[in-house]
Amino acid sequence: MVIVRHSLKEFEKHVVLSDENLEKLSLFGTPVELLDKEVEIEINPNRPDLIPLEGLVRAFNTFQGKTKNKTYSINKPEKDYKVFVDKSVKEVRPNTVCAIVKNLKLDNEKIKDLVNFQEKIHTTMGKNRKKMAIGIYPLDKIKLPLRYEAKNPLNIKFAPLGYEKEMNAQQILKRHPAGIEYSHLLKGKAKLPIFIDANGKILSLPPIINSNETGKVTENTKNLFIECSGFDKEILNKALNILVTSLIDMGGKAYSMKIYDKKNQITPDLTREKIRVSLENVNKLLGINLKEKEMIKLLNKMGHEYKKGFAFVPAWRTDILHEVDLIEDIAISYGYDKFVPEIPKLATIGEESRENKLKSKISELLIGLNLLEISSYHLMKKAETKKLKLKNILEVENSKTEYKVLRQNLLSSVLRVLSKNKDKEYPQNIFEIGKVFSQDDNQETGIKEQTNLVIALTPGNFTEIKQHLEYLTKMLDLSYKVKETTQQGFIEGRTGSIVLHGKEIGHFGEVHPNTLKTWNLKMPLAILELNLDEVIEKICE
Amino acid sequence: MNKKIDSLSPIERKIIPFLNLEINEIVEKSELDRTTVLRALKFLEEKEILILETRRKEIIDLGTNGNYYKRNHLPERNLLSFLEKNNHIEIGEAKKQIKLSDNEFKAALGVLKRKSLIDLSNGKIKISINKEELTKKFPEEKFLENLPLEKSKLSGKEITVLKSLSNRKNIIEIIEERKTTFNLTEEGKQLAGKQITSNFIEKVTSEMIKTGTKGKKFRVYDMKSQVPQLFGGKKHFVNQSIEYAKKIWTDLGFKEMNGKLIETAFWNFDTLFTAQDHSAREMQDSFYIKKIKGKLPDKKLVEKIKLVHEKGVSGSKGWRYNWEEEEAKKIVMRTHGTTLSARTLANLKPEEIPAKYFAIGKVFRNETIDWSHGIEFYQTEGIVIDPDANFRHLLGYIKEFYKKMGFEKIRFRPSYFPYTEPSVEIDAFHPGKKIWLELGGAGIFRPEVVVPLLGKNIPVLAWGQGLDRIIMEFYKIQDLREMYSNDIKSLRNKKIWTK
Repeated sequence: MVIVRHSLKEFEKHVVLSDENLEKLSLFGTPVELLDKEVEIEINPNRPDLIPLEGLVRAFNTFQGKTKNKTYSINKPEKDYKVFVDKSVKEVRPNTVCAIVKNLKLDNEKIKDLVNFQEKIHTTMGKNRKKMAIGIYPLDKIKLPLRYEAKNPLNIKFAPLGYEKEMNAQQILKRHPAGIEYSHLLKGKAKLPIFIDANGKILSLPPIINSNETGKVTENTKNLFIECSGFDKEILNKALNILVTSLIDMGGKAYSMKIYDKKNQITPDLTREKIRVSLENVNKLLGINLKEKEMIKLLNKMGHEYKKGFAFVPAWRTDILHEVDLIEDIAISYGYDKFVPEIPKLATIGEESRENKLKSKISELLIGLNLLEISSYHLMKKAETKKLKLKNILEVENSKTEYKVLRQNLLSSVLRVLSKNKDKEYPQNIFEIGKVFSQDDNQETGIKEQTNLVIALTPGNFTEIKQHLEYLTKMLDLSYKVKETTQQGFIEGRTGSIVLHGKEIGHFGEVHPNTLKTWNLKMPLAILELNLDEVIEKICE
Repeated sequence: MNKKIDSLSPIERKIIPFLNLEINEIVEKSELDRTTVLRALKFLEEKEILILETRRKEIIDLGTNGNYYKRNHLPERNLLSFLEKNNHIEIGEAKKQIKLSDNEFKAALGVLKRKSLIDLSNGKIKISINKEELTKKFPEEKFLENLPLEKSKLSGKEITVLKSLSNRKNIIEIIEERKTTFNLTEEGKQLAGKQITSNFIEKVTSEMIKTGTKGKKFRVYDMKSQVPQLFGGKKHFVNQSIEYAKKIWTDLGFKEMNGKLIETAFWNFDTLFTAQDHSAREMQDSFYIKKIKGKLPDKKLVEKIKLVHEKGVSGSKGWRYNWEEEEAKKIVMRTHGTTLSARTLANLKPEEIPAKYFAIGKVFRNETIDWSHGIEFYQTEGIVIDPDANFRHLLGYIKEFYKKMGFEKIRFRPSYFPYTEPSVEIDAFHPGKKIWLELGGAGIFRPEVVVPLLGKNIPVLAWGQGLDRIIMEFYKIQDLREMYSNDIKSLRNKKIWTK
């Protein structure tokens, strides 16, 4: 979700903020929240074209049928409207597309909007400037034609935005805030990309920072040079189209530029994209019965043209990959609130999995013994692994909380719960059924997942916990054997392992007072923990 | 008064002769245990024979280290004695020779410096007082000797000492004591000390059934008297609601899917057409497992997924980037239940279509834990694989589920997920609060998801919504942390799921 804010005053010039319109905006997929002096709009990440106010207003007005589908005209490039792309950029940031927009009236509010737009488009479409970044420059300070080339960082010298003094590219990457934030994007590159004008002045070091002299847009700026640099040309073109059409909506006059790269092209290119759409598929997938005329009207409301089985998609739409994307547009245009929900007459047999049914049965048995079920996290704290002397721990990356390690047993969960409940009335007899994890290279994921059952009786002793085991196995018609065993944290000589058909599936016994002390517990504790998957498997045999 | 005497239970009668004594003495004399005596006193309070009073008291006593230091002296005393024999010793050397842990040594050095008993210069320690003063007891030592003490009765000086000792590990321990006393009412004063006998029948015994109760009267019980609370065994409240939700799906003809909580990124993201640079895959949102890489399934499927991402399938343009196997081998705690749906589609045989599946299971997000965020929560997942399925059916299944969960009014809004198109967001109207609750998303799987997994393009309706939010609403829980905090008292007292 992209959250965009516009000034309330500006927004109201275009859209009347009635309850009806707010509802419509929500059904258009762009719910608006009214703040003090601003509006906050949630935009789905597949629609960056709705990030600029002009883009949203254009789309929403068309959606309401207020305005007809807009076509934009771009003026032909004038004499020096050229950008030469040097081969040297291939290794670092291979592509650029550019445009010129003239006759703009930019006030501070508009400039702020432009900066906001740039920021949002960088984080979304641009993947934090990695895939794509946009640069905006005052045309009148630049001498055309331009070159896009890559140079040794020590030979790139200019004063970056906000600085009076000239620095080389290495210094900019180290010292300028934008340099510090984005230098990783150019890491390890021998040559860095720059835009340079006909006078040899450097305009910018994309995707990092513009020059203070030739790259600073102010209220006096009327004419803009715009570039989009990055990798995938289609993405660059779309980003450029989104910005240029917004600037035209603001009253600007757009000119294209000749880009001299391997493919020599003229940008921006606002040719609509042709995608097949069939009325039959639309009606079938949506469960409605549209006539072709109705479908065309719905497509038009979403900004698309239609001709003989094909939709012609606006050049600023980034999200139409397939017919289904057009079908969604038709559904939105039709109105999600107009669809009548229906459950089809489709006979299928419902069934809970045997495994889960048995787990549920087993917990009912334990509830009959007056045990209380707990439900705890699958992750445990690192300090807890030390208390339990666990080995081969599996850790998650970059956890934002103390919970960092996949639990290997349910004992850890039980001890945490009991130590948090020392002030609650005893006896505390609890159980949990849950997954535990261990490393296992034979698994597809390298991790074995196993369902365990744990029972904890406090105060409790060997006899009592064994009674629970006896009851459980008897009710499940299983016979088991007990072997004396040692278990980390338990009292030796009071711990038995549970053997089911020759396989050790768990253990039970009294927890050692030293363990209890480590966990700050004050009551004797008896525990049973076993592998429930094995039990269920035996039952199902 | 007489009626009151008649209604006295045996335990009450047993303690009445001792009511002029303190509670401890009553316990001793009546030969009842303390809990029973307290219960009897409570009953007598209800009968207005006495008034109970509970006072809290904080007692300061020695902690584990405190006990040890009492026997073996505080580290600062040990250090001082050591210095007496080794004046002008280098710090490092003192540390080596003295039998103190690193922390103890640091603390001792700090204390002595603060008390101006030593000087540190040129890395050497020098005692700065005379011999006489050396043997004088520290206030801390005196304090420890006098323990246990009641906190409210400490002098100002003692409080300062307490503060400094509390900062050190386990030297002192503060124990909260509750002291219960009682005062007799006028009636109580008349009764206290008397032996009260009665001919009433108390407990019904099996003997009585044989011999009969003719001519005898039953002692009257106080209907309003408090009884000790019972705690039954119970399913965790979240699991109760989940069982109910499962029943809804099975009633609607859905079969349960089971699967792993931990998955390869391949199944969690790539099969669901989520580009490898999509923000949902970032480490800050998902729990990746350190140092482990998974295995990819058979080559054919991997090739298909690669193709779908790079170039698209059945008329789609794809995401147009270089799809990397290594990225797909990362191991992640599943971020949504949709990974189960992807696996189910991959294993589905043509003759099993049409089919409907559901799952309810935990999913994981790398979040902070606060009142509205958690690291794990339950999601309900569903898919319908049906050549005739359409968007209205999708809305129909979802609407029915929430109706059965108690939400009559549902709203559908456009949304976006990389793996569905059309996509919807579902809100349910909370009739009490009069607000819309955001429940989660749904949609029809894109051909880019279905074709590689199923081999052909059939509409697959799919949804995955969080359940915790509506469980919280039912139990009137405000703080998400309460869902899995396992507070035993609150689990015991929580009402059962009654939908």
